[in-house]
Amino acid sequence: MSYITKPQAHHPSLKPNALGLTRRDYEGAITTLCAGCGHDSITAAFIQAFWELDMEPHTVAKLSGIGCSSKTPAYFLREAHGFNSVHGRMPAVATGAGAANSQLKLVGVSGDGDSLSIGLGQLCHAIRRNLNLLYVLENNGVYGLTKGQFSASADPGSLNKRGTANTMPAIDSVLLAINLGATFVARSFSGDKEQLVPLIKAGLMHKGFAFIDVISPCVTFNDHEGSTKSYAYTRRHQIEVVEADFVPGRREITVDYDPGSVKEVTLHNGDRIMLRKVAEDYDPLDRDQAYAYIRDRQKVGELATGLLYMSGMTSDMNDQLRTGDTPLTQVSHGDLCPGSAELEKLMSRYR
Amino acid sequence: MKSRINDFAFKIATANGTGSASANGLIMQAIFRMGIPVTGKNLFPSNIQGLPTWYEIRVSEAGYTARTPIFDLMVALNPATFDKDVAEVTSGGWLLYDSTWPLLEEKMRHDVTYIGVPMADLCNEAFDGVRNRILMKNIVYAGVLAALLGIDREELIKLTQEKFGKKPALLESNQQAIELGYQYTAQHYKCPLPIQLERRDATKDAILIDGNTAAGLGCLYAGATVGAWYPITPSTSLMEAFTAFCQKYRVDPETKANQFAILQAEDELAAIGMVIGASWAGARAFTPTSGPGISLMNEFLGLAYYAEVPAVLFNVQRTGPSTGMPTRTQQADLLLCAYASHGDTKHINLYPADPHEAFEMAVNAFDLAERFQTPVIVLSDLDIGMNDWMVPKLTWNDMYQPDRGKVLSAEELEAAERFSRYLDVDGDGIPYRSLPGVHPKGAYFTRGSGHNKFAKYTEDGDEYQEVLDRIARKVNSARAAIPAPFVKRREGARVGLISVGGCHGACTEALDILEADGLPVDYLRVKGFPFADEVREFLDSHDRTFVVEQNRDGQLRSLLILETEVDPARLHSIRSYAGFPMSAQPIVDGVLAKVQVPA
Ligand SMILES: Cc1ncc(C[n+]2csc(CCOP(=O)(O)OP(=O)(O)O)c2C)c(N)n1
Ligand code: SF4
Ligand SMILES: [Mg+2]
Repeated sequence: MSYITKPQAHHPSLKPNALGLTRRDYEGAITTLCAGCGHDSITAAFIQAFWELDMEPHTVAKLSGIGCSSKTPAYFLREAHGFNSVHGRMPAVATGAGAANSQLKLVGVSGDGDSLSIGLGQLCHAIRRNLNLLYVLENNGVYGLTKGQFSASADPGSLNKRGTANTMPAIDSVLLAINLGATFVARSFSGDKEQLVPLIKAGLMHKGFAFIDVISPCVTFNDHEGSTKSYAYTRRHQIEVVEADFVPGRREITVDYDPGSVKEVTLHNGDRIMLRKVAEDYDPLDRDQAYAYIRDRQKVGELATGLLYMSGMTSDMNDQLRTGDTPLTQVSHGDLCPGSAELEKLMSRYR
Repeated sequence: MKSRINDFAFKIATANGTGSASANGLIMQAIFRMGIPVTGKNLFPSNIQGLPTWYEIRVSEAGYTARTPIFDLMVALNPATFDKDVAEVTSGGWLLYDSTWPLLEEKMRHDVTYIGVPMADLCNEAFDGVRNRILMKNIVYAGVLAALLGIDREELIKLTQEKFGKKPALLESNQQAIELGYQYTAQHYKCPLPIQLERRDATKDAILIDGNTAAGLGCLYAGATVGAWYPITPSTSLMEAFTAFCQKYRVDPETKANQFAILQAEDELAAIGMVIGASWAGARAFTPTSGPGISLMNEFLGLAYYAEVPAVLFNVQRTGPSTGMPTRTQQADLLLCAYASHGDTKHINLYPADPHEAFEMAVNAFDLAERFQTPVIVLSDLDIGMNDWMVPKLTWNDMYQPDRGKVLSAEELEAAERFSRYLDVDGDGIPYRSLPGVHPKGAYFTRGSGHNKFAKYTEDGDEYQEVLDRIARKVNSARAAIPAPFVKRREGARVGLISVGGCHGACTEALDILEADGLPVDYLRVKGFPFADEVREFLDSHDRTFVVEQNRDGQLRSLLILETEVDPARLHSIRSYAGFPMSAQPIVDGVLAKVQVPA
């Protein structure tokens, strides 16, 4: 392995992973978002996570709705199929793709407008189905692409750029997801790559619906004083509750965990997610407690982040559909069609 | 009175939810098994229990399948509609009623023969339990009709054996009820009536099947693996049929894995989204729905058209606009489905005329959708979808190979220098497609936003237009690939008649009547959209053409004008849109109103 001896000065994005791919190989088209947009940082976290997981880019399918956030799948994994669908309907397209080919690694990217207004119904039902999908909601409290209207995640009292306060209660996507029975629920901040990359990795490896709400400031329309989704506000109010670490099954655990504070969740394929409690008395495996805790933090103006809730083994949509290990797209027509003799037999039923 | 053999119609009026449906099916099937051509039309309410429901059975030696509004016999068992039902009997006809309750002499028609059978009394004596008595009353009238019309009692008995063979108690009461009705009638009335049945041999290669079952079977045979839906009358039974067939034929015997996925979506927007996602991933996927569902699917249909993703839809039409009359039939979504979505779009549509075509066109739809990489909508209607039709047995050619279109394999992608999703490589307007997860070289970004032939985002007008124009060429070229129209020319015909879908039976009957009256008329039935070249030629070869359809606004006529630029003055419209299947007479009248029979 000659690359180990290469000089350290080499650009970090050129360091190869186990597949021999560098971070560059996980990039996509050049972003067209505003400089400083939180969404671009999430794109960078995606690239890092895929690279660290040694994932083959073309095994992934990236799907999104419409919005600045929904454009971002074009900016990573150029060697993976992408599908920029219609506003708020990415979950349905992902559901169909997942039903057809259970081997695709599905990644959905959406915005708070896309997910919580026009697409709220589809989000809820994708959660109920426990579709095997990593769903990242890039949450900026506004409709960026249509120039800054409040979205349903805007907090009451939060000011828009003109100084008008939002009067309606916010839909909190994390509480919603927990409530609906999502099997993996996390929250993070686009400015906290340390936290976000492991969460994306864990979410990618989770079997079932993995939901990550990422506060992702819109520098153009919602990063001012009085906004509760600005960089400054989020930095001040974010508290990390649970830190997640993804450990591939074969690998030794090398990090020293403080024994009492770590919960280990084994995934369907033997991989593990280590959940390190930062907050005392928090149990990320207890749905009711997680829900209550996040709400309590909200009441005092704190934003709980990390892998907030996770249930261990779950049966995902394809398990429920009992479609087996072979993707439906790989079953031959010969196996799907009963043939002429059967039809002839069947006809006696209609006489 | 002279007897009329195998050529009459009768109607059974009951209340919904009383179990009459199974008795009506029994009667119809028994006649069919006597080898006599028969059709049944179920006119049912949008309700689970209580509202009036009718079942019309037409027996036709000549094999006519259209509805006839002239009833020789009425079985009037619903007090709520009794007066109206009595009024519908043709003069000189018969009325069967439950004489447990006497009729008012002064309300009786004098040109109709009343036949009273105390059905409720008979059931009260013979059976226990309120529900059972109500159910058995239906079977009693089947027995009564067996006596009156000469339905072979053996066939009825055999059918009950097949149906209830595993439930001896039910079997016994059913057979007892048939006997009760039969014996009472035979003892009290001169049987059979002048309208009567005689055994024939005209149905041995036929089946009785509804279009939704046939279409569901077509999806199974076509190799569809993903079905997404949101329940809506009258399409629901299509997915129910597909599900049942899958459970029978699509469970891997070794692994027990389902080789199908049925997704009950949260609404029709999601259903079509799932179909698009599944097709994009490489499965054959479909959604059955009705008008309101298509309305909701418009945005996604535009995406599938523009991003060139196959999708198969079944629109089992019901009356509109809005909720309309959900259990009545119409063909009022022709325009909607031809151009669904905002922007410049046009979709391949298929128009089955009966369940046999519903089966075949279901298979066509998948081939066309994948070949042309675009949505295909199969437009049947409530009459085709939910009523039992007598059609030739469905057959299958084992040589059939699905047309999966231009999909590049991993090897082909590996060997290719470069893959460009929307490049017109072959000059036929159909680009090459790649599926996710297959090969890194196949990757591209599918989008509904402006894109150039390399699948890259664009706001350049020329690049955008190049793709849009190619798609227009591509979809228009499908006119040569859709099923060719049904054409029947007649010697000496000067005028033409064009129809679509379920109008077919009424048209063929009407044209026979007209010819017998001395007016031969050429006939064409469109089977798909964009219209085949024959449609234009047919229009060009007649100075005037009648357009027969089941909607208020003459939507087929509008489509013909839009697509062929035929002079509108040459197209006369004959429409029926009250929600009932079409019958022949209004077509005859419509033609004769404009054209004189040559002397
Ligand atoms: C049916 C439909 N209605 C409206 C729009 C216009 N539209 C585009 S993006 C958007 C909001 C996007 O907000 P969000 O999902 O929060 O994404 P962001 O741009 O903030 O990342 C709207 C309303 C659309 N594309 N489609
Ligand atoms: S408008 Fe806001 S969300 Fe959109 S790209 Fe600019 S900063 Fe990002
Ligand atoms: Mg937003």
